[in-house]
Amino acid sequence: MLSRSAANLYWMGRYLERADFLCRLIEATVRLSSLPASHGGAQAAWESAIQSSAVAEAFHARNLPVDEAHVGHFLTLDPENGSSIRRCLEAARNNGRAVRTSLTLETWEAVNDVWHEIQRFGVATPDSPTLVRLVDNIKGSLLMFDGAAHRTQLREATYWFLRLGTTVERADNTARLLDVKYHLLLPRSEPVGGSLDYFQWTTLLRTVSALTAYRWVYRESVKPWLVADLLVFNRAMPRSLIACLEDSVWLLDQLAASRGRRGPANRVATASLRGLASSNIDTLFQGGLHEFLLGFISENNRLGDAIAEQYLF
Amino acid sequence: MATRAFDETYGFGPYPSAQGVGPLFGGSAGPAEVRAAYAEVERWLRAAPPDLLETRRRQAELFFRRIGITFAVYGDPDASERLIPFDIVPRVIAGSEWSLLEEGLKQRVQALNMFLADVYGPRECIRAGVVPEELVMLNPQYCLAQVGHRPAKDVWVHIAGIDLVRTGPKEFFVLEDNARTPSGVSYMLENREVMMRLVPELIHAVSEAGGLRPVETYPETLLETLTSVSPNSCTSEPCLALLTPGIHNSAYYEHSFLADKLGVELVEGSDLFVHGDILFMRTTEGPKRVDVLYRRVDDDFLDPLQFRADSALGVPGLVQAVHSGNLTIANAIGTGIADDKAIYSYMPEIVRFFTGRDPILHNVPTWRCREPDALAYVLDNIAELVVKETDGSGGYGMLVGPHATSAQREEFAAKLRSNPQHYIAQPTLALSTCPTLTASGLAPRHVDLRPFVLTGANGMKIVPGGLTRVALKEGSLVVNSSQGGGTKDTWVLDRLGEVD
Repeated sequence: MLSRSAANLYWMGRYLERADFLCRLIEATVRLSSLPASHGGAQAAWESAIQSSAVAEAFHARNLPVDEAHVGHFLTLDPENGSSIRRCLEAARNNGRAVRTSLTLETWEAVNDVWHEIQRFGVATPDSPTLVRLVDNIKGSLLMFDGAAHRTQLREATYWFLRLGTTVERADNTARLLDVKYHLLLPRSEPVGGSLDYFQWTTLLRTVSALTAYRWVYRESVKPWLVADLLVFNRAMPRSLIACLEDSVWLLDQLAASRGRRGPANRVATASLRGLASSNIDTLFQGGLHEFLLGFISENNRLGDAIAEQYLF
Repeated sequence: MATRAFDETYGFGPYPSAQGVGPLFGGSAGPAEVRAAYAEVERWLRAAPPDLLETRRRQAELFFRRIGITFAVYGDPDASERLIPFDIVPRVIAGSEWSLLEEGLKQRVQALNMFLADVYGPRECIRAGVVPEELVMLNPQYCLAQVGHRPAKDVWVHIAGIDLVRTGPKEFFVLEDNARTPSGVSYMLENREVMMRLVPELIHAVSEAGGLRPVETYPETLLETLTSVSPNSCTSEPCLALLTPGIHNSAYYEHSFLADKLGVELVEGSDLFVHGDILFMRTTEGPKRVDVLYRRVDDDFLDPLQFRADSALGVPGLVQAVHSGNLTIANAIGTGIADDKAIYSYMPEIVRFFTGRDPILHNVPTWRCREPDALAYVLDNIAELVVKETDGSGGYGMLVGPHATSAQREEFAAKLRSNPQHYIAQPTLALSTCPTLTASGLAPRHVDLRPFVLTGANGMKIVPGGLTRVALKEGSLVVNSSQGGGTKDTWVLDRLGEVD
């Protein structure tokens, strides 16, 4: 496979995953911001959305009010924000077009459809019902993409690179989300793991589509350390850090096997997984969750670099 | 020239009005003059409920947009991805007509290949006075780097797109030869695909009655053609790749479509490098040798060491790889000299000289403005003529005299006087018409035809069909998609349609 094609597939996976994350982030934030001010209020909710999506600097540089209209627009349709859903989908489609021959007709149609879908919403600020409909539709279209890729793509390098982009981006998103919730939303005077705002945590779980999963796994009320446990250590939870790493390791193993050699990406991913697997939630809290997550994010970036290096992107 | 266009349905009568009444094909002269090949199409059109055509047209558009068959129009930022309008009414060519075309096309492309081998080799046609020496040697399309080069199996033009127009029952003219990187074949294939999805009942009826010949063998035939011309140094299964300028090129969809159908890598210049006069592509498994490159990048951009130094679309050292016998490029570099519009006017002589027979397909009479008498004639009659730049393409840089304003004609006349060798002129041909769906129902619109001729080590092959382009504006003669033309599916029948 051409190295450029591998890079296109990898980045297509990353951009689509990012768009999906933003959809669920917005959906959860809309819900959170509708709660009375005593539960944090709309501004805090949208501020946390901005922080979680790692575009705070770009947004605040514009001196706009932090509310649903402005943040919602910035994260969805704003053509000037390189990380908006619109721009992510555009980038994903451009990557897809460049490897059109590696995609099945169904997979290509799905990525083309989701791009046409976002185009229908234009570039202006969406009103509240439009915002909700937008994220709902895009989420649905992205599920169609996953289904098409899952059902029709050959299980070979094409599919593995695409999925690798997904897992690397997903790990990054989960780690950021968790970090922001811990350090932005909890008042500074409160120790982490102390007083709990139930709605903040359920919002976080909704963002990773895990509220029901939480109940099934822990069968008790929402507690921050258990939320962290679910999102870091639970192998059954598809967005947990450990599940993402396991997926990455498996995908890199497939690629290595089909090519007959392993490389730095295999080593970085395996070492990260081993590190995580030998730890637990108590150890994490002792060393500081924030420090752990920062470390994880930079390690995940190293994995991205190692993949690019190994496959000559 | 004829003032009235030849109607390919053989009927000169009125088309149905918006209410769907009145004669369809054949007019008042009656069904005896309705062309047999169109009989099934007519029957279908008559039986179709009033809204069906419009519904099918919309469905076709949806289909094309979904699979992403788009086309970029340069210089139009609002339409960076536009659909080429598709007309649901097919254009039908009877088996007997196709046989004539096939023979004529093979003769023409054979002559093009022999001409190229000659001008880059012994130059006998120049010595014999068939073509003026300076017209070849001083032509910007003449590629000095290729002098003395012999491509594998002596094939220069592996893929030719010959633009034909029709003016009467057996009168086909070659409007231009495309011997560089002709495009449009994906439309030939996809148009058939969409017709099979949308009007299966009509396809079925026509197949029963006339034997509709399939076009789907094109990719396989192309693959065979390209494989057959792999360089002699290639001893195992040759590795093919398709070189595209990238996703911003107007024909990118076609490049990816063909690479997919051929099952070969779609590469950009940055994916390739030349080492030790061998072309490699960068893959996730390391460098992989490429033996045959089907390139859809113009000569000028292919190799910055040889041609334009500022080009990032090509590969440094590519020409050296070709000359070392390690790589076949299709089409060969330098084929532009054969489809140059200044050379075009000599094609009848070129065909006669190389094939020893009279040309089967006519040339449109052409005034070469480089000749003073011709220039004077063209300037006097500019209002009736079509004036073209000798190295223009895609409908850009041309003047259709009868449809131009006097200001436009003045402007063109000035250009002609200052740079006459840059232009040729031709009479305004009455292109044949086919019934086409318009806002006010079916109406005749002018069409042309681009069949694709493949030449490999084992001879020439033409898939029965081609790209029919239709000028959608009433009265317009410009069918280029960059100028708002549309396309139709082209049906070549096995039987039926023996005319007079």
